[in-house]
Amino acid sequence: MTENESTTNDPIIICEDVHKWFDDFHVLKGITTTFKKGERAVICGPSGSGKSTFIRTINRLEEHQRGTIIVDGIELSNDLRNINLIRQEVGMVFQQFNLFPHLTNIKNISLGPIQVRKMSKRAAEEAALALLERMDIADQAYKYPAEISGGQQQRVAIARALAMEPKIMLFDEPTSALDPEMISEVLDVMRELAHSGMTMLVVTHEMGFAREVADRVMFFDEGVVIEEAAPADFFDNPQHERTKLFISQTLQH
Amino acid sequence: MENTAITQEVKPPNTKKGPVKWLKDNLFNTWYNTILTCLGLAFLFFVFKGVFTWVFTQADWEVIPANLQIFSIGPYPLEQIWRVSTVIYGLAVLLGLSAGIWNGLTRQITVAIGCIGAIILLLPFHIPVREHALIATVILAVSFAIGRNKDNWKRWVVVGWVLSFPWTMMMLHGFGAGTVSTTMWGGLLLTLILAAVGIVACFPLGVLLALGRRSQLPAIRWVSTVYIETIRGVPLITLLFMGSILLPIFMPGDFQLDKVIRAMVALTLFSAAYMAENVRGGLQAIPSGQVEAAQAVGLTYPKTMLFIVLPQALRAVIPAIVGQFISLFKDTSLVSIVGLVDLLGVARSVLGNAEWIGLQPEVYLFVAAIYFVFCYAMSFVSQKIESDLGVGKH
Repeated sequence: MTENESTTNDPIIICEDVHKWFDDFHVLKGITTTFKKGERAVICGPSGSGKSTFIRTINRLEEHQRGTIIVDGIELSNDLRNINLIRQEVGMVFQQFNLFPHLTNIKNISLGPIQVRKMSKRAAEEAALALLERMDIADQAYKYPAEISGGQQQRVAIARALAMEPKIMLFDEPTSALDPEMISEVLDVMRELAHSGMTMLVVTHEMGFAREVADRVMFFDEGVVIEEAAPADFFDNPQHERTKLFISQTLQH
Repeated sequence: MENTAITQEVKPPNTKKGPVKWLKDNLFNTWYNTILTCLGLAFLFFVFKGVFTWVFTQADWEVIPANLQIFSIGPYPLEQIWRVSTVIYGLAVLLGLSAGIWNGLTRQITVAIGCIGAIILLLPFHIPVREHALIATVILAVSFAIGRNKDNWKRWVVVGWVLSFPWTMMMLHGFGAGTVSTTMWGGLLLTLILAAVGIVACFPLGVLLALGRRSQLPAIRWVSTVYIETIRGVPLITLLFMGSILLPIFMPGDFQLDKVIRAMVALTLFSAAYMAENVRGGLQAIPSGQVEAAQAVGLTYPKTMLFIVLPQALRAVIPAIVGQFISLFKDTSLVSIVGLVDLLGVARSVLGNAEWIGLQPEVYLFVAAIYFVFCYAMSFVSQKIESDLGVGKH
């Protein structure tokens, strides 16, 4: 796979010394990193290492308590207007899909554009249908989320995030809740998205996906990034003992 | 179908039974079940025989038709009855239009109400009553025909429903010489007005209190919590008494708040506290992922609540909410304690009349039947709403 073709040198997310506590538990212990426009970063690490919390700070689903996060030139602070601006630029896909069960799939997708982007209902639904087409599930548009499979639900969730035309997509373990035979259909969509030049931060255990698509793999442990490298280096020549152990364990199965 | 020997499909075993087989299997399968069945039948026979004999041979039902006017409108003056009819005609127009515009449940409810109108028409009521029923039913049908497929009227019909409340109140009260003071409002009319105002007003107030109790702003959370706990800690009768006795003492000068309005306020404030807790139960059932997903799309807090959280939360607690409405409907009977003559109040005043002494069973049974019809109707509609919304399915 060719990499870096869509990556420019403009930073789009800048994190400086980001700290986060849950009560007394220090989840993030000073994360400093920069993501460039078009970069595909895969974030991995053992559970409880702070990797999910980290990407959730980027659209303020979790509040960081020290340090600075600047997304697309806007600093995340307590200013609600800034938070809402950033959320419009940052799409998110969750492990449990979190589709709205009382709305049909097409309404799930068009709600944001209609209510936040002030699109007309008709334009929003046309765009939603086009996205579903792209996700290869246009025939599920008028069903409810509970009526389709997990893999299809996650693709609707991706379409919902894309409908806001975000500059950045966050994926929080998007395939962890799926049955094995549905993982590939979601990964295919994510691969296609990666090739379209989207900036992506993906928390995942899918090492094959990381090796194939990522520009950079970051390894989190106990709230710090203990190693980050291009996938070839990361998988074939890990530096840290902790990373070596993790890679040997995840590649075993 | 018979000769499909090659089919691989295996049909499920036939579990359907005829009625005789069902009886044998469930009621007469052992000697002791047979005895229990016979005893049960005998018991039911004697109970029903007693009730039927009393209802059809011993009871003196004369009291009901003779006082029908009192039961329905209380002391409301008969020469002003056109005010009541006008209100009913107005509601018939709105209902008919709604049924024409919205399909499904609204239409079913409207058809049901139309049938009630037609039944009243055929029953041996006084001729004026049957005339009003006829006019109302015709208006209903005509508005239904007019409203069909008028999708762009939706907004105006909703506005009409909102305005129907102040309009009903003003119409019934009137101005100038023809004024009918609210002290003259009574019977089923008063019960329905109190219940309708209470239900319509306590619902939004309850939703706001429920959201307030879960607010992250301490001031709002505390005010809501204190309100809910205080009101829930006090019997409704106390609130009604406070409204009718204490409130006028605190009011400045000659300012007199209407008795009926005071009762409405007390009923609304009381029900809102319970409504808030019902709604809060629904809010708590919504997983946090729903709010996170809405926030991630960029929806603001009010829009997250309006489009994502409340629709799911309210749907989950429809049974509790309707239970609260039914409670409220029956609780309106307590206003007779503070001197209002609602349906139960007029029943007692009828029984106080020397002409009808000793007819408590007939009168109270009749009143109970009316309460039951309205409460069951609410329950029935809520079940229909639940199945229409697909509760439990998606």
